[in-house]
Amino acid sequence: MFTGNKSAPHGGGIFREYFAFSGKYLQKAGAVLLLLTPALLVVLPILLLLSGSLMDTLELKGYLTTVFTDGTEFIKWKLLPDYPSFANYEKLLFETPQFFVLFWNSMKLVLCVLMGQLLMAVPAAWGFAVYQSRAGRVLFALYVVLMLLPFQVTMLSSYLVLNKLSLLNSHQAIILPAVFSTFPVFLSYGGFRGIPPQLLEAARIDGAGELMIFFRLGLPLGKSGLLSAMVLGFLEYWNLMEQPMAFLEDKALWPLSLYLPEITWGQAGFAFCASVITLIPAVFVFILGQDYLEQGIIYSGLKE
Amino acid sequence: MLMKKRKYFYLFVTPGFVGIMIFVLLPFGDVVRRSFTTAVTGQFNGVKNYQTIFQNQAFVLAVRNTLKFTLVCIPLLVFLGFVTALLLNNLKNKRWIKSIYLFPLAMPTATIVMVWKMFFYKQGFFNLFLSRLGGWSGLWGEVHKDYLGTSAAFWVLVGSYIWKNMGYTVVLWLAGLMGIPKELLEAARVDGAGKWKSLWYIVLPSLKGSLYTIVILSFLNSFKIYREAYLTAGAYPDKSIYLLQHLFNNWFVNLELDKMAAAAVCTGGVLLVAILGLQRLWDKNEI
Repeated sequence: MFTGNKSAPHGGGIFREYFAFSGKYLQKAGAVLLLLTPALLVVLPILLLLSGSLMDTLELKGYLTTVFTDGTEFIKWKLLPDYPSFANYEKLLFETPQFFVLFWNSMKLVLCVLMGQLLMAVPAAWGFAVYQSRAGRVLFALYVVLMLLPFQVTMLSSYLVLNKLSLLNSHQAIILPAVFSTFPVFLSYGGFRGIPPQLLEAARIDGAGELMIFFRLGLPLGKSGLLSAMVLGFLEYWNLMEQPMAFLEDKALWPLSLYLPEITWGQAGFAFCASVITLIPAVFVFILGQDYLEQGIIYSGLKE
Repeated sequence: MLMKKRKYFYLFVTPGFVGIMIFVLLPFGDVVRRSFTTAVTGQFNGVKNYQTIFQNQAFVLAVRNTLKFTLVCIPLLVFLGFVTALLLNNLKNKRWIKSIYLFPLAMPTATIVMVWKMFFYKQGFFNLFLSRLGGWSGLWGEVHKDYLGTSAAFWVLVGSYIWKNMGYTVVLWLAGLMGIPKELLEAARVDGAGKWKSLWYIVLPSLKGSLYTIVILSFLNSFKIYREAYLTAGAYPDKSIYLLQHLFNNWFVNLELDKMAAAAVCTGGVLLVAILGLQRLWDKNEI
């Protein structure tokens, strides 16, 4: 904000110099502290999960029994396991076919939702961004309100319609309502709005049709909005809990995010490995998409 | 041209809108109708459902807890995020720090809940740390408090919410800070305004828009704390963290649809008014 080193303050004298100095120093110290605390709070859970997943079942039991059986001793832990082993991963990946079913349930749900959102939300966002009208603005305000309603408010209405269409207890019950979520419309709109209208006008004068403009100009130029919708969407739907909990009775249809907590402490080794494996796709998307994630957050903060 | 414009607007918007009609708007209309009828026979019974829920102790408790949670969390998050963004704003290489702050957003709740349990159970890391601290300073002995099954659970949830949502709050505040014209701050400095003065008179007023957004998004995300609450403490947790979300879910499981309908209409109505009110407030400030 204040670079300060460009020019000396006018006649500030020694006090001002002093304050500038101590201010800078404090800021540095504060910044380092601010960096370290959250880093610790973020890294520690990940390390816990990783080390737990690499422990041999007996070692893990030795550490955790006191916690889950109301023992009197405190929990112990070693970030570097005494007997590191991949045994639990092996068991989970090669001897537990159910795990794959859940993993693919999650993948299927997320990918179908994202594809559907691309088909439904992106054109709508383009419509709102390019063909502005009074009706459009009113409708857009409605979309914003819908985007902000929590699941619990629309839970009953979703149930009623899914029941009527006999979609309950099937993956469509999760996918279809999510496809028509208005959050991705809002994010993609943010991306499309950044395209200068003169550019589209020039294309029209050159004889390009409206659909051509959408595909050839809109999508490539406004892709940051829809990509950020995809990144935020992936993280959201990979972590889906409320909807499957309400609308999927059959546990074989559940996504990982809902199944994971069901693993009991007797099988803590499994729980750690399953957690790490659940974490991997999210981390992957996070690292690849961090710029879009940030962009998406900023778009979500834009007023129409 | 205008006709053509309108035609294409409908072409692009209609498919999604039809879906929203089918999956959200029409059924919500049905919910409004149902909120005035009995659950089983479907006979009209006036505002009786509304009276029932407001006399329902669980509903009153849940509303109170949800309000309390929101009123504690959002100001705390907004403030912490602002201070952090202010300090980070002067650093050159922010990317790494931002990644660290944002990462919890990517962590699935199910994986993090296990870690929370290891921290906050009676014999968990947090008590271990406190006991060591007590032993070291000689001020207190061993601590064996259970944080998840008692009213302390409320504060665990608050912490968890802040942990998860700091990232986007900081990103939004930073974006807001970047949007303030440098010349404005420079001019204030030349005119002799100190750091605090320019913070108060220039930085804060230009961030009203960011504040509006951050409050709205924090509110939206505050409802998702249900995941942590449910996974750490189940469907009937300690009274201090029995939220509206628990109540809706339990009514749903017990098929008490009439109460659910009335509560959904009330909650939706309150949210609508709050959103429109905030928007109004902000629009007024813009001019």
